[in-house]
Amino acid sequence: MQGGAVITAEAMKSCDREPVVSQMPGEAIPEGQRSDGRYCVVNKPVPRVDAYEKVTGRAKYAADIYFPNMLYGKVLRSRYSHARILSVDTSAAEAMPGVYCVLTAKDLPGEQSWSTYLFLAGDEVRYTGDAIAMVAAETPQIAEEAIRAIKVEYEPLPGVYSIEEALAEGALQVQDYAPGNIVRNTHWPVRKGNVEEGFAKSDVIIEREYRTQYIEHAYIEPEAAVVVPNPVDGSVTVYGSLQNPFMTRRAVAVALGTQIGKVHVIQQTLGGSFGGKEEVMGLMCGRAAVMAVKTGRPVKMVNTREESFLESAKRHPFRLRYKVGATRDGKIQAFEAELVDEGGAYNSQAQFMNWRACVHTTGCYEIPNVKVDVYAVHTNKVYGGAMRGYSSPQVIFGQESLMDELAEALGMDPVELRLKNAFRPGSVTATGHKLEGQSVPLVDLIKRVLDETDFFAVRERYRKEREEAAQSTGAPEGRLRKGIGLAASFRGCGLGAESPDATGAFVAVMDDGSVLIRSGLTDNGQGLSTAHAQIVAEELGVKIEDIVYQRVDTSSIPDGGMTVASRGTFTGGRAMLGAAREVKKALFEVAARMLECDPEDLTSAEGIIFVKGDPSRSITFKEVANRAFWSGREVSKLFWFIPPDLPWDRPTGQGPAFPTYAYACVVAEVQVDMETGAVDVLKVTAGHDVGMAINPALAKGQIYGGIAMGMGMAIMEEVEFSDGDILNPNFDEYIIPTSMDVPEAKPILYESDDPVGPFRAKSLGEGAMECVAAAIANAVADATGRRIRELPLNLERVLLGKSLKRGKGGASK
Amino acid sequence: MCEIGSQIAISMKVNGKTYEVLVDPLSPLSSVLRDQLRLTGTKVGCGKGECGACTVIMDGRAVNSCLVMAGDADGSEIVTIEGLASSGKLHPIQEAFVETGALQCGFCTPGMIMSAKALLDSNPSPTEEEIRRALSGNLCRCTGYHKIIDAVRIASKLIGRNTNQEPVLRGS
Repeated sequence: MQGGAVITAEAMKSCDREPVVSQMPGEAIPEGQRSDGRYCVVNKPVPRVDAYEKVTGRAKYAADIYFPNMLYGKVLRSRYSHARILSVDTSAAEAMPGVYCVLTAKDLPGEQSWSTYLFLAGDEVRYTGDAIAMVAAETPQIAEEAIRAIKVEYEPLPGVYSIEEALAEGALQVQDYAPGNIVRNTHWPVRKGNVEEGFAKSDVIIEREYRTQYIEHAYIEPEAAVVVPNPVDGSVTVYGSLQNPFMTRRAVAVALGTQIGKVHVIQQTLGGSFGGKEEVMGLMCGRAAVMAVKTGRPVKMVNTREESFLESAKRHPFRLRYKVGATRDGKIQAFEAELVDEGGAYNSQAQFMNWRACVHTTGCYEIPNVKVDVYAVHTNKVYGGAMRGYSSPQVIFGQESLMDELAEALGMDPVELRLKNAFRPGSVTATGHKLEGQSVPLVDLIKRVLDETDFFAVRERYRKEREEAAQSTGAPEGRLRKGIGLAASFRGCGLGAESPDATGAFVAVMDDGSVLIRSGLTDNGQGLSTAHAQIVAEELGVKIEDIVYQRVDTSSIPDGGMTVASRGTFTGGRAMLGAAREVKKALFEVAARMLECDPEDLTSAEGIIFVKGDPSRSITFKEVANRAFWSGREVSKLFWFIPPDLPWDRPTGQGPAFPTYAYACVVAEVQVDMETGAVDVLKVTAGHDVGMAINPALAKGQIYGGIAMGMGMAIMEEVEFSDGDILNPNFDEYIIPTSMDVPEAKPILYESDDPVGPFRAKSLGEGAMECVAAAIANAVADATGRRIRELPLNLERVLLGKSLKRGKGGASK
Repeated sequence: MCEIGSQIAISMKVNGKTYEVLVDPLSPLSSVLRDQLRLTGTKVGCGKGECGACTVIMDGRAVNSCLVMAGDADGSEIVTIEGLASSGKLHPIQEAFVETGALQCGFCTPGMIMSAKALLDSNPSPTEEEIRRALSGNLCRCTGYHKIIDAVRIASKLIGRNTNQEPVLRGS
């Protein structure tokens, strides 16, 4: 049926590869240097593929699932942050009508622990989130009553509650397998050049210490899961709020003592995760699975917000110690750092967290002599885990504060100091990675953000305003003082040399012309399903509406690793692109026969396949798909993308850490009330090197959200402890930014010509929040003339220079 | 032993439909909507009225349904997120949320939209400050709120145009 298809104007334009102007309302062609608009679907702000189901309330989150005969599970957690368990009496709970099982550690059919975390603690509890018993009952109310009826006899033990206590001589050991309380495998050194020689050359040397706090992910959806047992073969099906369904599958198999393939995990619409719904979900699903198999009935578990605070991972607090030296002209000669993070009672993340920290310790600057040591310690507090940015937001806060302090010591403009040392094409990183064959637009990006913010003029204006206010009010400082600050960063894209970064994608063309896509990586709300759909639609030349996305189902796609490290688009997109290319090749062969031409002569757009330069010779994608399918062609492809190997020398911390890096520069403007210590963040301008934005609207959405989360880190958020007890386990006391708090925000999508990612895209999700707290801290120092070296910059720290913390213990000084 | 409490019968109109339900008088309205009526568009994020994910409109006012005891809902008229779109056509607020991309994970979205509806029902042309204030009881961890505020502003224009019988132009 040659020439039967109607060629749209859009398709014609695409055929000639002329710029296609975006037709979407509300968004202009993305900002940046290289928006040539050559694409039909990618680089366009197409609406999210999941928007309709979410605005109508139809999207099914894990807690929205109900099964007939379903039981409700609850967990009894420890009253103490460290204690020996002398006895557990479950008899009263077991006798209650409506209670179907009450289990303790001795009843577990498989392993007691998974990756060091305990499904149920046996004779010792090491933090207040440790579970001692669990119950499945007819209703949540009965389950709660049963939990209250369990009697536990404890022998409270002394604990370890701060980095200093953990490292003290003769300190109590939190875990037998971690001598000196150093978390296993968490020491990552970097050795480049010779720091002693570097310091000898330096005219100015400063030493500083900074600290960051425990932070809650505060996704609005509390953790939830339903596990349905299959009594025929002993398998289970798990529906959950999961960031990493394959990780959860492993945990459930371990808990049941069964084969991994017998655990079928289906991800539900996820109500936010940010790195949080990992370990805690493995534990919840493992427990629910054990109870489901035991009772033969589906078991649902939904955390209250308080339970979520108690057991879910937190952002690792860091103690960041630095010694840095520079010559009078502002060239940094030597950089020495010791970074220690608090890992809590159990930990399997700090080893990776700290590797990323060691790579990024010295920031986006070329420094000849570097000595870095990073390690983590155990305490009797909730465990640290992944949280958006991993270690970078903490590390950048310290390192970019240090840059401002070094500039001050040198009597140099902090912007000039940064530009003087910033990475350029061909620079060598602290890990010895020569930045070649990738885009390194840092200097231009910083200049762009300086221009957009009118940085120097605004800084001068704020300085004058402060002086005038001080003179007119007679107060030494003026009451309301404005300031402006800047922070810059680089961020390795994907997992890099940390762990295998391979992943798969499945693209299947149906005989009606629709295209089913599946990834092993998850849409957590960030919009990965939309980005993947755009990549496949662009490559196949179909409309975005023709793509059908299905959520991760562990029995339908191989384990493609975790949705972490901002690798969803960057790495997962490569797999999608690879699968789409292979399917397209098969379809073009069929189309060429139908159109009597060579496959190489063909192109496609908007659902039409046609001869390049002669659009009258065309056929619809649907017809070709149908013909290909019914002639037995393979029109589906599972593609496995394996990034090139990155060698890493652990003793020296030298190697090409990542395939490429994304750069960022953020400027914050603040007003500080010198009488109350209140910091009002007025405006944040965030410039991000995105390579190319697959979806500029979604990319900006990441930046807006990153600014809000970074602002929370900077001035509001801190999980407070009394010894190991969390004092603020709900949103009445743990305060996150509201619509009244967020500043004016200006995202800048800076596009650079990077050859590594799919359609030139770099990572963005985590980079979007990593500089924000550092920029705000620098702005507060500009406003007040005082440097605060511990986050968050709350009222007391700004006003008094120290925290008035409730409770005992904690890292605060 | 646990006493689960005696149940009472309540009658309420939800999304225009009258329901007679046997409820535990002290259980929250959010549980009745979700667990009994299976209207799971209403979310529960904190259980103590801090996050706003459970916002519904009760007798014309936006309320946290996790703080309303089921017994107190007797005789009330309630609108949930499921009651906004009519015969497949999105409500202008929903339309504006889709257009502006005012959502990411979507968990706060139903509550946000209900708070926005309560605002626009009483104040069809709110200022940005009024929008921010009306949404301040609804926490969102993903979006940073900017696009949500834009969506409510656009929705107010869409609704104004509908009322004035002018053709609805998306966006603006």
